[in-house]
Amino acid sequence: MTDATQSAAHDAEGRYKLIARSLVRRRGRQARMKFYGMAALGFAFLMLAILVGSLLMSGYRAFTQTHVTLSVFVDPEEVKVERLPRGDFDDVLAASLAELFPDVDTGSRAEMRELSSILSNGAQFQLRDMIVDDPELIGTTVTVTVPVSDPFDQLGKGLVLRETPEDQRRVTDQQIAWFDALDERGAISEPFNWALFTHADSRFPELAGLKGALIGSFWALLVCFLISFPLGIGAAIYLEEFAPKNKISDFIEININNLAAVPSVVFGLLALAVFINWFGMPRSAPFVGGMTLALMTLPTIIIATRAALKAVPPSIREAALGVGASRQQVVFDHVLPLAMPGILTGTIIGLAQALGETAPLLLIGMNAFITSAASTPFDSATALPTQIFIWADSPERGFVSRTSAAILVLLGFLILMNGIAVFLRNRLHRSW
Amino acid sequence: MPYSKFLLSAAAIAVASTAAAQSRDEIRIVGSSTVFPYTQAVAEQFASSTGAPSPIVESTGTGGGMQIFCAGIGEQHPDLTGASRAMKASEYELCLENGVDSISEALIGYDGLSIAMSRANENDWDLSLEQIYLALGAQVPVNGEWVDNPYTMWNEIDPSLPEVEILAYGPPPTSGTRDAFVELAMHAGCEELEFVKEGGFDGKWVKENCSRMRTDGPFVEAGENDNLIVQRLNADPNAMGIFGYSFLYENLDTLKAVNIGGVAPSAETIGDFSYPISRPLYFYVKNAHRGVIPNLEDFIAEYMSDDALASGGYLSERGLVPLTDEGRAKLQEAMLAGAPMEAPK
Repeated sequence: MTDATQSAAHDAEGRYKLIARSLVRRRGRQARMKFYGMAALGFAFLMLAILVGSLLMSGYRAFTQTHVTLSVFVDPEEVKVERLPRGDFDDVLAASLAELFPDVDTGSRAEMRELSSILSNGAQFQLRDMIVDDPELIGTTVTVTVPVSDPFDQLGKGLVLRETPEDQRRVTDQQIAWFDALDERGAISEPFNWALFTHADSRFPELAGLKGALIGSFWALLVCFLISFPLGIGAAIYLEEFAPKNKISDFIEININNLAAVPSVVFGLLALAVFINWFGMPRSAPFVGGMTLALMTLPTIIIATRAALKAVPPSIREAALGVGASRQQVVFDHVLPLAMPGILTGTIIGLAQALGETAPLLLIGMNAFITSAASTPFDSATALPTQIFIWADSPERGFVSRTSAAILVLLGFLILMNGIAVFLRNRLHRSW
Repeated sequence: MPYSKFLLSAAAIAVASTAAAQSRDEIRIVGSSTVFPYTQAVAEQFASSTGAPSPIVESTGTGGGMQIFCAGIGEQHPDLTGASRAMKASEYELCLENGVDSISEALIGYDGLSIAMSRANENDWDLSLEQIYLALGAQVPVNGEWVDNPYTMWNEIDPSLPEVEILAYGPPPTSGTRDAFVELAMHAGCEELEFVKEGGFDGKWVKENCSRMRTDGPFVEAGENDNLIVQRLNADPNAMGIFGYSFLYENLDTLKAVNIGGVAPSAETIGDFSYPISRPLYFYVKNAHRGVIPNLEDFIAEYMSDDALASGGYLSERGLVPLTDEGRAKLQEAMLAGAPMEAPK
């Protein structure tokens, strides 16, 4: 009897110890699992921080641009009303610069060139546009604020070091002295670089902007949306609600899933062969780019739409059928509106992917150098990612920071689009 | 709702087909990535000074540009193509086959290929073409045998060179710069080898055996992006980079040139060919498009102007090594008259 109670107590104690030990092990395992998860997440965040950090470090410089403010006497000898818009605006600017430095020999072409190379090549066109708008200004003195050329922008931002020996930098000691003298007079300023958003591409970094690329991307995405959204939803509704379940529909489903995984460059080659070479559509046009991106976005939208349609409970369909609605009425009046938030989320994510897509656009020539923005989808244009591609390959120093700035702008748009997708999902989501 | 969107997109497609047939009012240019920055400069200058629609300049590579350029006559085909070598006979034939029978050729200037290193490297480098070949060729002669390249250090090639590992970043085979480097540096270096001279091998043998760059590590294909090579050179002071002279020119504060045969690359040495790896740059115009595509004549006039081409012109500021005054005058006359080129041999 005592033996039995003793052994029962012993057993209980042993079982207790066993459970306690296994409990420690299981908790340890769970803690390790959690730790691994957090470490993975931490690593991902670290990488993201490094990426964004390095872009910010090199890109923030591009959001300001060094300018110089000059009083310019618009010499009626050089600029004549009847010859507008032609005129020697560069000489007018050079003369106004030389006035500030009396020791410069205005007769020496080389010295004048060296002095006027402080100004951006775009300065003369800025002055020209000002005079063309108001020819009354000829013969008066006007104050203009114009960008300085890239080497001086780099100097002003401290990216070109004054300690570097003279023969190893783009600006001479004399030019630095002029620049510093201008700075002492308070003529040098570094305002926000609006040109980055209001100008199209240029070979001069100080004049180059993203306007052409932003508009090109806008047209391409619009065309992409108008094609892939209705086609994708139509295909998904048919496959999900109407198509008989047989081998053919299985085959189509597998193909759509495969299509979503096809590398984008393949769609570019397809577009080059079919749209451009066969249909004779223009190269570099956002319309063709949009059609190519639509091919890529279609599978994403079809898959997202089918998932959204599947998530609508069958009871809703059955109730609608029960009160005598036709299949079409069930789909369009009941199922589709309820699935819309999911469909829109999928579409926006698909479009965000299309916005960042480069390879197919390179193949259809959307990486051209174009100094004006497209006014219709049929004009030639670049897109944001291809503009980054062009700038990354340009030799001028100023494009290094502008490339990073352009990437930041692209990332900004992607975050915005994904943010809208998350907002729609949370706002319109219904649980059953 | 999807029905209305569907109709809209159908309408958009209908508009597209009419747009494709609609006439083109801007100039279209394709071709070499080396000529691209110069054409870009002329295009921008032309558009901002005349107010004409800005020409569309696309960088497709020399070979790719020729394919598109020679595809035919008409608005859907480009008007100009840039090239970092002369048009090949096969390309000219392709042009003829597609009805492009009158082409004007313009030699606009020269471009040097530079081998550069970081300024952080303490040695002064001066290599002969022969040494460059021995360092980077896939197969080299060792003790009278033609074998896979065994060299890993510069001082193994020549004891006077520093004891530094061979590492060079260069362009991939798709690039015109690579073609030029192989032809101008590798073939020339190969021809100077004792083994080749004494063996009595001809140019054909050299072409067949000396065109491959080594693939066992010391030569790294760095992609078409030359800025990336510049960054890598700054990270590794013992690495060399091979790219166009304009990239060295823009980055002289951090990079220095490796002299070739005692000559440093500069506008003068490239222009008079005393710097051995320099090449001519061309563009080609379809004469059938002149007077048909609006502004094409004016654009060519801008490209041919002294402001652009002369030494001190805006193209030379961008790194183009200009022609002599005499050569330029001849070119201007021929181009403005639209004289067609002769078939290349």
